[in-house]
Amino acid sequence: MGTIVRETFGEPFSARKAYGQALVEMGEHFPNMVVLSADVSNSDHSFMFEAVYPERFFNVGIAEQALVDVAVGMAHSGKLPVANTFAFLFATRALEQVRTHCAYGEANVKLAGAYGGLSDSFDGPTHQSESDLAILRSLPNLAVVVPSDPVSIRKLLKKTLEWPGPVYFRLCRNEVIPVFHENNYDPEIGKGIVLMDGKDATIVCCGVLVARCIEAARQLARDGIFVRVVEMHTLKPVDEELTVRCARETGALVTVEEHTVIGGLGGAVAEVLAARHPVPLERVGVADRFAETGPYDALLDRYGMSRADITSAVRRALERKK
Amino acid sequence: MATTSNITVRPPRVYPRGTCHSPEMIADLSRAAWEFRIQVLRMIYNYKTGHLGGAFSIAEVLTALFFHHLRLDPERPDWPERDRLIFSKGHACAMLYPCRAYRGFFPPEELMTFRALDSRLQGHPERQKLPGIEVPAGPLGHGVAIGAGMAHAARMDGRRHRVYVVLGDGELNSGPIWEGALVAAKYQLDQLVAIVDYNGVQQTGTTTHVMPTEPITDKWRAFNWHVLDIHEHNMAEVLDALDQADEVHGRPTVIIGRGTKGKGVSFMEGDSYWHGAPPTPEQFAAALQELRKGAEQWER
Repeated sequence: MGTIVRETFGEPFSARKAYGQALVEMGEHFPNMVVLSADVSNSDHSFMFEAVYPERFFNVGIAEQALVDVAVGMAHSGKLPVANTFAFLFATRALEQVRTHCAYGEANVKLAGAYGGLSDSFDGPTHQSESDLAILRSLPNLAVVVPSDPVSIRKLLKKTLEWPGPVYFRLCRNEVIPVFHENNYDPEIGKGIVLMDGKDATIVCCGVLVARCIEAARQLARDGIFVRVVEMHTLKPVDEELTVRCARETGALVTVEEHTVIGGLGGAVAEVLAARHPVPLERVGVADRFAETGPYDALLDRYGMSRADITSAVRRALERKK
Repeated sequence: MATTSNITVRPPRVYPRGTCHSPEMIADLSRAAWEFRIQVLRMIYNYKTGHLGGAFSIAEVLTALFFHHLRLDPERPDWPERDRLIFSKGHACAMLYPCRAYRGFFPPEELMTFRALDSRLQGHPERQKLPGIEVPAGPLGHGVAIGAGMAHAARMDGRRHRVYVVLGDGELNSGPIWEGALVAAKYQLDQLVAIVDYNGVQQTGTTTHVMPTEPITDKWRAFNWHVLDIHEHNMAEVLDALDQADEVHGRPTVIIGRGTKGKGVSFMEGDSYWHGAPPTPEQFAAALQELRKGAEQWER
């Protein structure tokens, strides 16, 4: 088996288009799959599924609570619904539906959260989702998955549909950097993936920032710091064993996510470390505040998720390790 | 404290859908509805917790559904062709449980465990614990949209079973009810029937005072639903309305069941205090006496 990570990253590719293509592909694979959208199908790209399977597509209007509840009814009737709207709306407006019926009621609904993190950058903080992972991760029975690049979106969507319970599947609005070799990337829900090995510290990351983490690790290697990079695409159930193993073997961890540093990936890893193997942990993400309008990459940089933020966090973790 | 020795319910016969609504059948179902009220009173008195008012008001509707109108098989609660019942006003589940138990879904002896630790009869219905509970309920406002999803899935699969959603009238304050109503009308889901327990009282007062619902029939008509307007404590009207809803094509149906919160106990009727309060021993005895009289009027 060859390496998972491309030596040279691919040309940026629309994450939305990758998702829409994956939906269409899965539509053939899962005959009972249906897709619902709260009138944002040209945003979330579920329109691509609608074009091929119009009889299996439902636009419920601008009604996110009904979106989830209609999907719940379909799930309890043998369908495999993928509900689509903006990430923050699942985590806020439709949260009670998600909690009562998907989580408590175990309705097998897949919640595809479009425009995750700061990726709806120009629409501003009303449309960005800085807190969705923390909110949804706290719900029993609900899995939380954050794919990173187009290959990851496609392969993890399939795994999400195969998962026997409800899943929150967080997506990005923009072009993302293809990071993985198609043939060597084989994700499983609940299992982190070691993308690069190293002995000095571990970066645990998810989503579009995986590319930046790999670049940061390569940069650090040039300075003689060898960092392990783990893609923790599943925040829940989080891969405890791998987390503990990384703590034991590298002695310091850095989490990197496009989300507030409270309660998301950083929170999940902190909980594991605190309970099982405390080591220094630095959390890279949004510093407990709302962002603003602007270009996506510039927002990521300004709000604490630049490559330099990642390498600095690694260096801080190494200092604390001494 | 829990005891099963004082169960007095004689369940009615099961009259399959299509059975002629004979005077004997109407009397049998009416009597059973009153006896289910007695059962509910005992269940709530047992642990001094539960919702009497909205359980009493929905007695006839649930009795009609479980012992006549719904196509169910207690031996196969997951039977794909079963009619679905979404009991959206989940707080009134004290009446749902006796109907399910005496219909054969679980032993009636369990009814007196209602709200106890380790009971399958949770304070609000839990899907995984009791056979036949389609969805959890309690937080209000879900039923119509979930029912729409179920009705649509049924139609996609070419199945003819029907989906019944029981709503409270206070529940109509909740926005997602109307989101679901729009969806059901858009997709012309004629396998979907909503029944509103229109008893005029919600937790802190009358619906007129808390949040006026009138003109209620116009509201639903404006949402492109077929509307039936009945008295929900009149068994014959309930049975006829359920039959009429079966004949509606191209749109969902709502049955507005006008009735009385706390129906059957004079000092509870129309009083929001009895939304969620348990009776004292004296109130229990007085209520029991009134409910027994109610049942006796249907003895033949």
